[in-house]
This record gives sequence, structure tokens and C-alpha cells, in this order.
Amino acid sequence: MSPWLLLGAALAVAGVVVVALPFLREPMPESDELHELDATERARLDAEETRDRALASLKELEADHRAGRITDEDYRAVVNILRRDAAEALRELDRVRGAAPEGTRAESANSA
Amino acid sequence: MAELGRAALIVTFGLSVYALVGGAAAAALGRRRLALSARNALIASFFSTLVAALVLVAGFLRDDFSLAYVAGHSSRALPFAYKLSAFWGGQEGSLLLWLLVLTGYAALAVWFARKRARDLVVWVTPVLAGIAVGFGWLLVAVSSPFDTIPTPADGNGLNPSLQNPYMVAHPVLLYLGYVGLAVPFAFAMGALLSGRTDERWIVTTRRWTIVAWTALGVGQLLGAHWAYQEVGWGGYYAWDPVENAALMPWLAATAYLHSVMIQEKRGMLRVWNVTLVSLAFCLSLFGTFLTRSGVVSSIHSFTQSAIGPWFLGFIVVAVVFSVTMIWLRLPQLRTTARLESLVSREATFLYNNLLLVALCLTILWGTAWPIVSEAVRGEAVVVGRPYFDFFLRIFGLPLLLLMGIGPLVAWRRASLRGLTRIFAWPAAVALATGVALIAVGAGSSVPGLIAYTFSAFVLATIVVEFARGTAARRALTGESVPTAFSRLVGRNRRRYGGYVVHASVVLLAIGVVGSSAYDSVVEGKLARGQSLSVGGYTLTYRNLTEKDAANATEIRAVLGVRRGGDSLGTIQAGKNAYSVEQQVSNEVGIRSDKLTGEDLFVIAEQVNDDGTVFFRIFVKPLINLIWLAGIVFVLGSVITLWPDAREERRLATRYATAGERRERSATT
Repeated sequence: MSPWLLLGAALAVAGVVVVALPFLREPMPESDELHELDATERARLDAEETRDRALASLKELEADHRAGRITDEDYRAVVNILRRDAAEALRELDRVRGAAPEGTRAESANSA
Repeated sequence: MAELGRAALIVTFGLSVYALVGGAAAAALGRRRLALSARNALIASFFSTLVAALVLVAGFLRDDFSLAYVAGHSSRALPFAYKLSAFWGGQEGSLLLWLLVLTGYAALAVWFARKRARDLVVWVTPVLAGIAVGFGWLLVAVSSPFDTIPTPADGNGLNPSLQNPYMVAHPVLLYLGYVGLAVPFAFAMGALLSGRTDERWIVTTRRWTIVAWTALGVGQLLGAHWAYQEVGWGGYYAWDPVENAALMPWLAATAYLHSVMIQEKRGMLRVWNVTLVSLAFCLSLFGTFLTRSGVVSSIHSFTQSAIGPWFLGFIVVAVVFSVTMIWLRLPQLRTTARLESLVSREATFLYNNLLLVALCLTILWGTAWPIVSEAVRGEAVVVGRPYFDFFLRIFGLPLLLLMGIGPLVAWRRASLRGLTRIFAWPAAVALATGVALIAVGAGSSVPGLIAYTFSAFVLATIVVEFARGTAARRALTGESVPTAFSRLVGRNRRRYGGYVVHASVVLLAIGVVGSSAYDSVVEGKLARGQSLSVGGYTLTYRNLTEKDAANATEIRAVLGVRRGGDSLGTIQAGKNAYSVEQQVSNEVGIRSDKLTGEDLFVIAEQVNDDGTVFFRIFVKPLINLIWLAGIVFVLGSVITLWPDAREERRLATRYATAGERRERSATT
């Protein structure tokens, strides 16, 4: 058997070890379930995305207006819609956080 | 050594199959350790592929001609750099490069996304592994770079066209682009498979997409420069199928990079975005298929083989899988947001998207037409340059104009008064440019005149944008102009990086139009002492030289160059006769005017025994702006890619909390 083939075999063994590592580290775990986002966390993520989108739009509009890219007329036509969207997004986020368990509520609040 | 290479590829294939099957099972059954194990397998597959790649590199550097692939693409006389680039000079090496880049991207993408999008990564792993299985299978069972032969005294050498410095970087960049599109595709499919159609797949893959898109763009420009210098026909882009193969996914990815902004700002176009990502990836597979299968005739297709049917099957699987997933998740992808006005930024981005996709699909149709016509009529009919040029003008000119309009129009809606105010200066500059160009005779090409007028408009909008932004920041903070300018760009990297990229596209357009619509050409057979004149230059054929280089005999015709009575020195053009490869290549002479961006381009078409030479000489105005565009393009991409610490913190907080909670709940 050539040394190159031996090296190849060693590579295969190394691959098996790397793949088996999670099972070797935790041979008898308390739980092997994949922890997925529950409905509340998903709702919170959606609400945070909506809030960020609304606040970013508002911030961009203000910057565009300040730079003279947007006329007063266009600014007035859109700013109230964006403020309303932002307020709705914040209310929705509060509602979702209110529905979340105590621990997650505190962390979500920190992230805002 | 071939045994190690083969073993490494078998290990890669085994790990990929495990990551596909184990990863899919872990995601479907919700098994945590199995998911981690599958992820480890995917990451490990990169290292085993790297071993295979290093074995092949060692084979080239050691002149190990017992490897059929090395013997077929190298020789003892081949210079060191080309021994390295010979790695991807043929099919098996190219496939290995594909797999190496894919597993590299996959390993990095799943590793970096492990916290922000943990539940997505579980589904992304089998998708990426599935792609790796396809390429792994080709390398293990169909087209191995480690097949051995009785060792010959020397190799066959490398195709002379590939013995060019650009060939060291161009294929690698192109593959970084092609393969990089697998990452957003895998995350989009992962999002659809898992049913998490929120923005995380977009946020997670934003940088990967821009990296792939930039690499694909730069790769194409390097390829164009290679064609310009090496192929020797006087141009840089011939609408060749293999050239189109790289352009199509780039156009689809460009459309996606614009439409994804509408999803981020307005929550719209979610179906469209996953469709574009899928289209871009499938087109990158199609591009590899065109390049590697030899199904269409191309000057860039250096190999022909039997892997075509495998690739076709692979593309069909990818298309069917993408369409099925999008169809199944349609209800979750629907959005309540609507386009409020046809004059708004989202509307102009939508027009931009429609034009980009229309251009992409018409190129696809023209490129695939030889295959379609052969299948239907039994005769391959090649679509000529006029077809592609026509659609480039029809879709490209409005795209150029929209590039100036889109970024300045307000989101949601814009009034006529607002538009008039914003575009007054750029429109005036464009009008003045148009009039000036007509005055200097540029009206000889109407599309050229329109393109230059639109280019002036876009450049003016970009300048006005930077000026307005800097002035607004100065008014707010009282900073100096340089500080305000740099902070403006630094705090809005995506926006201003995007403007720089737009400026590069304008430079590209100016270069392309100048060198194609306003070029001059002359040709003729010259004996020593005779001259040809073109575009203000006079070239006098002086003599022939011949010298032996490391791996070729170089024959050069020397011409004296004069312009307006001034001597500009000499220019040389000729042929290289490669002894090992038994091939002759055209070696063109190029004299660039750095001030005007113009090239004098000389081809020695035929060198006769009596010492006469048949020359074709071009003058190509502004062509160097095309290469300059590449540098500006990279600059814009780097600005866009540069991490924004505040944005990163915000996203990390938004997405990490759920993951951290899950981790804690798993350990308690």
C-alpha cells in the first residue's frame, strides 16, 4: 500500500471523526431536539423587521428632505404615512412583546 | 500521489452525500446533533477538496506527467505561473476549481450564519451539499483529474491562448462569481424549505451576493481584456456563447441587488426576489454547462466532453426544485404592500428590473438558439452580432437613463415639481453635452449620441448627489468639506458605494460606445518601408524580428508610428509559434494614449515568406475607460461591502437574541 493511499485513508478517518464530533461530545444529551423559533419569536422577528423598515424609511426621508432631494410638497405627502407606519410597527412590537414569556421580553426590549 | 487526490475527492463526495442526506433528515426530523454533524461534514468537505486541489497543483509543479490531466495541459517548458493556471486550463481542473470554490463558500457561509440564522442554516446545509454532490459525482465518476497514464517524456503543453497573465486570474474570478451565486440561492431555498420567509436570508447573504456579483463583473472585464489582447480580432466582446454565459447571471444578479432593496424598504417583491436568485444560480449552472460541454461552438470553450447530459440533468433538477419551492410557498411570500405610484423609486427600480431581465432573457434566447434550432430543425443556426447589438441598444439605453433617475426619485411617490427640481441640473448638463457632441460630429452614430447624452445625465446626477449630501451634512454638523464628504459616504455605504458602481457603468458605456461606434480601421499588405494611415496615425512597416523565448518562437513586425508630424516611437505585432503545443498565436500590438484613453491596435494577420505582412490596424477611442471602469467598479463594491458597525450591531441584536435564548434553553 502506497503512503499516498495511507494518507487518503487518514483523510477519510479524519472526516468521519469531524462528522461524529457532535455525537462524541454529547453521547447522551438531555434533549436532541432542534430548537426552532416558536410562533412568538417569529412574530417578534417580523415585528422588529417591520419596525426597522419603517424607522429606516423615515430616517431616509428626513435625510433626503434635508439634502434638498425631496421638495416640501413631496415630503409632506409621505412623512405622515411613514410616521403612521412606524407608530403601528412599534405598537405591534409592544403587543408581541407583551405576549412573549418574561425572559424573552426583557431581551427583546434591550434589542430595540 | 494520484491515489491521494482520488481518495480526497471520494472523501469530499462521501461528506457531501452525508451532509445532504443527514442534513435533510436533521431538518425534517428536528435533530440537533445530526444537523451539527451534517454542517461539520459540509465544512470538512472543503478541506478534503483542498487536499485534492493541492495534489493537482503539486502534479503540475513537479511535472508529474503520469497524471493524464497534467500531461494534457502542461509541459516542462511551461513557465511557473502558467503551470499554476493550467490547473483550470481543462475540464477536470475547472470542475475541481468549481467544487473547491463551492465548498469554500459553503463552509464560510454556514459558519458565519450559524448564530444569526441558525434555524435557516439547518436547511441551507443540505441545499449546498446537494450542489456539492453533483460536482463531486462528476469528478469522482465521470471526469477525474487524477486518471493516470504511462508517463510520457513531456506533456502536450497548454493552449497558447491560455498562456496569458489574465488567464491566471480571470477564470478564478469568474468561478468565484458563478459559484458564489450558490450561496444566496441556497439560503433562499433554505428559507422556503423551512417556511421562514422573513428577511434573514437576504440580510445573511447580502455580502455574499455582492462578493459574487463583483467577482463575476471583474472576471468578465478581465476576460474581455484577455480577448482584446490575445484573441487578436480587434474587439473585446463578441457575444460568444461563453461570454454571454457569464453576462446572463451577472444581469440577473444585478436585477436582484436592486429589487431586494424594494423588499428591504417596502416589504414588496418577495416572490420576484427568490425567483431572481434562482434564475441567477440556474444561469450560472447553464454557463458552466455551455463552457464545459462543448454543446455550442465558442472560441472560449477549450474542451469538449460527455458531461453535457449530466449537467443538463443538474440544471433541470435545480430549475424544477426552485420552481416547486416557490410555488409551494407562494401564500407565505405574498405581501400586502402595493406600488402606490408609477413615479416613485420602487417603480423605477421595477422598470430597471424588467429591462435587466428582458435583456438577460433575450441574450439567453440568442445564446440557446443554436441548441434549440438543432433540436427542432436538425441544423444549428447561430444568432449573429446584430441581434445582440439591437437588444443591447433597446434595453441598455433606457437602463442607462434609469440609472440616473432611480436613485433620486422619492420612495412611494414623487411630484412633477419635485422631479423638475431634482433633475434640472443633470438634464441641462445632458442637453449641453448632446449639443456639443453634435457640434463636434458625434451625430454620425445616433445610438452613440444618445448613450453619451444619457451618460452625461447620470454622471451629473451622481455629482449633484455627492454635492447635496456633503452640503447637507456640513449644514448640520459644521464639518469641513473633506470630513463631511468622507463621513457622508462612511455612514451611507450602500447608497454611495452604489453611486460609485453606477459611475463605473457609465465609464463602461462611454468606453464601449467610443470604441465600437466611433472606431476607425484600415488593412493592407505592406512591404518594408510602406505605410498605412488611420485615425490621424501613420504607421510605417520597418522590419521583422525573430527570437526564441522559453516555450515559443516570437516573430514580430516592427512599425514606426507618427501622428501629426510627431514620431511616437514603434509598435510591434506578430505571431508566437509554440513548439511543444504545435500551435501559432496572434500577438497584437497596442499603444495606449493615457490622456485620451484611445488605443492604436495592430494585428499582423499574415506574415509572408517574402517579408511582407498583411496588417489590420484599428484606432479605438476611449477604450481604456472600459478597463478604468473595472477599477472604479471594485472601489464602489468595496465601499458597499465595507461593514457598518452600527448596522451590524443592530442586526446582531435583532437576530441573535432568539438563538441565544434557544441555546440557553437547550442547556438548562
